[in-house]
Amino acid sequence: MRKAVAFVSGAALLFACGSAAADEKPVVRIGSKRFTESLVLGEIGRIVAEGAGEARAEHKEGLGGTAIVFRALEEGSIDAYPEYTGTIAEAILKDPALTDLGAMRRALLARGVSMSEPLGFENTYALATTRAKAKAMGLAKISDLAAHPDIAIGLSHEFLGRSDGWPGLSARYGLAMTHVNGMDHGLSYEAAEKGSVAIIDIYSTDAKIERYDLVTLADDRRFFPSYEAVWLHRADLGARLPATYAALCKLAGRIDEETMIAMNAGVELGGERPAETAARFVPGLLDAAKVAGRSAEVVAHRGFWSGMLEAVRTEGPAHLALVGISLLASVLAGVPLGIAAAKLRRAGGPILAITGVVQTIPALALLCFFIPVLGIGKLPALAALFLYGLLPIVRNTATGLRSIPQSLLDSAEALGLPPFARLWRVELPLASRTILAGIKTSAVINVGTATVAAFVGAGGLGSPISTGLNLNDTSRILEGAVPAAALALIVQGAFALLERALVPRGLAAEGARAG
Amino acid sequence: MIRFDGVRKAFGEAAAVSDVTLEVPARTTVALLGPSGCGKSTLLRMAIGLLTPDAGTVRVAGEEMNAASARSLRLRMGYVIQEGGLFPHLTAKDNVTLMARFLGWAPEKVDARVAELAELVRLGIDLLARFPTELSGGQRQRVGIMRALMLDPEVLLLDEPMGALDPMVRRSLQDDLKGIFAKLSKTVLLVTHDLTEAAILSEDVVLMSGGEVAQRGSLAAMAKAPASGFVTAFLRAQGPAEAA
Repeated sequence: MRKAVAFVSGAALLFACGSAAADEKPVVRIGSKRFTESLVLGEIGRIVAEGAGEARAEHKEGLGGTAIVFRALEEGSIDAYPEYTGTIAEAILKDPALTDLGAMRRALLARGVSMSEPLGFENTYALATTRAKAKAMGLAKISDLAAHPDIAIGLSHEFLGRSDGWPGLSARYGLAMTHVNGMDHGLSYEAAEKGSVAIIDIYSTDAKIERYDLVTLADDRRFFPSYEAVWLHRADLGARLPATYAALCKLAGRIDEETMIAMNAGVELGGERPAETAARFVPGLLDAAKVAGRSAEVVAHRGFWSGMLEAVRTEGPAHLALVGISLLASVLAGVPLGIAAAKLRRAGGPILAITGVVQTIPALALLCFFIPVLGIGKLPALAALFLYGLLPIVRNTATGLRSIPQSLLDSAEALGLPPFARLWRVELPLASRTILAGIKTSAVINVGTATVAAFVGAGGLGSPISTGLNLNDTSRILEGAVPAAALALIVQGAFALLERALVPRGLAAEGARAG
Repeated sequence: MIRFDGVRKAFGEAAAVSDVTLEVPARTTVALLGPSGCGKSTLLRMAIGLLTPDAGTVRVAGEEMNAASARSLRLRMGYVIQEGGLFPHLTAKDNVTLMARFLGWAPEKVDARVAELAELVRLGIDLLARFPTELSGGQRQRVGIMRALMLDPEVLLLDEPMGALDPMVRRSLQDDLKGIFAKLSKTVLLVTHDLTEAAILSEDVVLMSGGEVAQRGSLAAMAKAPASGFVTAFLRAQGPAEAA
């Protein structure tokens, strides 16, 4: 019992250290989405904002998707993040026809958000093919595809689904292609190189364009909207932190397409962390005279094992804290709820039904749901993990109590023990094995589910996983996934020991005999 | 000591006990005998308040058994069921002493009482450190009797206490029980379906059938003057040698 208390207070301390902002300086939070370019720009924003000397800058990196990161900005969990004008019109303002930056600004202002001047590069969609194929088939522009209706096209799922993606594009060009397939974006370059598809969708600042010797097809009917990179920031940022705001504004027009490709290559091909690349480029970006020859020098990728050790060292404690704290809350709420479900005839059904329904909500949806209420970071992640952890504990507690033989319940009552003493001294110990199994299930599930918490900036072993997913870097995915899997096994083992310590010996003997 | 007055109990549509009036005098042993489903266990469970009668009253030591009085009355009663009803998560000793410890007895007093009871039921004191699963059926039953006697109750209720034991063990425990009852002179109400057991343990047998009392008295008297065809049939079915 004392050990459990020590563990809990330790975990709470860890959590407090991670989230407390006790400095006298105000904090400016820069957000980013879960892909290389956004991560690098977010890190550049952090360095530049920190350099203004007015506020402590934090980078809430790799928030999942436009909906989550924009909502975080709207409700003030972050102060700024890099976005693209096309995405603002399409996904945020839901008005694809909007191209005028002034009109966009006015529409955003109504939601408490401002838009900076363009940073200097565009990251638009483009269709690409290998140089060899382009030559052989005479492909230079998108309209050339009409002559090859059976050419193999491999498109990312997002591009296939967006109205400003394939559906609109094929309509504009009158293309009736017969071989269009969805594929993971990370795989499409290799697919194009091996020749299994001829045409893929890419981003115009993609690091791999040069590496795979791709050529882009000209958008001769000007279908793709403009995707100029800008900062979206809180409308009050300039008034609140004028020097920080001015520093961010100074980046306008300083990052051209070539620079962005080089930075992307630094991370994706050079094996740098986004923070390392950003730190390398920021001095040049702020220098009025452009520094020439900023090619991405290839940094030796740190070894897999050292990378994993670092992931464990930096993200392991946060992961444990997420799982530990949410599990403790699940136990504290779940066991009483399970007792209520077993004892109260009317409440039993609804309690189990509600906790069961929670379990069916996808983790990301649940996290997204909590953002307006709890912001981003550890709180929504803890809330979601807490809810996920409830069902196995509630269900096993109720089942454990309900399956106690009536003869034993009678014996306890006939002895003259009052109801609470019966529960505490007889019923809960008899159900302990089942209850502990429920807690174990919750713990193991939460070790896995907690990796999703990285989507809302809660950190943990999900961070290297989501980074790796975005960079198509298997070894980085494994840096998070292997420790997470190992942790699940350790948790499983720890519960076996805990069971030996907590489950009364008489029950263990009974179990052995039954087995 | 225990008095049932016009007691009825039904489970759903089926009447388990219909209109039973019965007195168990203090310091006597009464055996409730009858085939399964005759209502004898239901009667016993009402005596300790595990079931509430639909009509009529149950009084123990003059006090009516109800939700308010059940707790204090149960401290004056011991209850033993088939297999002893021991809690598998507690050692035999912890089973026996659970209630005494809950009531805050001093450890020396607890230990003295345990030693006394172990001698009474003829159980090796070293066996008390074991968990119920590590004991034989007969040993478990002796522990169950110790637990029922721990607080030195005035009333002892036994529900088929030897139902799960093999004949040899059963016989030796029956003899021991008879000795214990004689020595302690408690008010004992014993439920059994076994004629021999009833004959060994009590002179005062209540034969039940269909939720009612068919006949009360010694088995010899019943054999001589059966009150109904059921009594004759029941006595005959269990073997003429024992009935005589």
